[in-house]
Amino acid sequence: MITLSHFLVLAALLFSISVAGIFLNRKNVIVLLMCIELMLLSVNINFIAFAFFLQDLAGQVFVFFILTVAAAEAAIGLAILVLLFRNRGTINVQDLDAMKG
Amino acid sequence: MTFELLLFYVFGAILLGAALALITVRNPVYAALFLVLCFFTAAAIWLLAEAEFLAIVLVLVYVGAVMVLFLFVVMMLDINVEQLREGFTEYLPAGLVVAAAMATVLTLVITRFITMDPPEPAGADYANTLELGRILYTDYVYPFEIAAVILLVAIIAAISLTMRRRPDTKSIDPTEQMKARREDRVRLVSMESEPRERKKKKGA
Repeated sequence: MITLSHFLVLAALLFSISVAGIFLNRKNVIVLLMCIELMLLSVNINFIAFAFFLQDLAGQVFVFFILTVAAAEAAIGLAILVLLFRNRGTINVQDLDAMKG
Repeated sequence: MTFELLLFYVFGAILLGAALALITVRNPVYAALFLVLCFFTAAAIWLLAEAEFLAIVLVLVYVGAVMVLFLFVVMMLDINVEQLREGFTEYLPAGLVVAAAMATVLTLVITRFITMDPPEPAGADYANTLELGRILYTDYVYPFEIAAVILLVAIIAAISLTMRRRPDTKSIDPTEQMKARREDRVRLVSMESEPRERKKKKGA
């Protein structure tokens, strides 16, 4: 049978993979945003697992709100990305140094 | 090994494999498609944890809306992939070390210290959506309204960020159009009528 630690280990591995993804793709903003989505997904797996094992639906309500905020974050992030590409012609993180003193 | 555990392992393996492919693949379009696969398998795992409503929401909202937005942006931008791949191998050792350390520590802590017996499976008359809606619209009604406001803010922000006025297009300003009156455009001039012969003579 599936135990709580199955879910938690899966979420921990997923979180570690997305941290590695942030290290590897640190020049590509789109893949960075995708890695953040993956992190939120692993946190949501934790919430769902605890909601199931503690028989408390509050965890699922939290997942609901995390999904809402993540959708808003993705929409605004991608809008900023489009604006950035229109103004500078690149999405390379290394080229985004306009605020540098 | 029960059938549920087998399903969990299969979907978990697909999820981790898709996540690994996402962070290493060269083309951002493939990365977005691997993220779609991640969301699908995560929804299957949520179904195993009796979160039916959220599993459906994950597929509908994430795969249906957010990932389409991602794919739209990835395909709209003309990205130089080779330039963005610079430094991939340079950061590979650091990323691997950090990820391996995190995975090891988290797994050790979870397997050593957290044990909990699985609850009784819910009966056939249990409706996850009904129960979730019941507490969402009573206990959590104010956070629910705040979530609605957050979505409104996201809509307004996304539109106002990406809207621009192009100088080279010939668009009509509706307020200017509405303000136009007959007196500004049409001028009535009273003048003498001219005899026809005179005009003919002039022409000849």
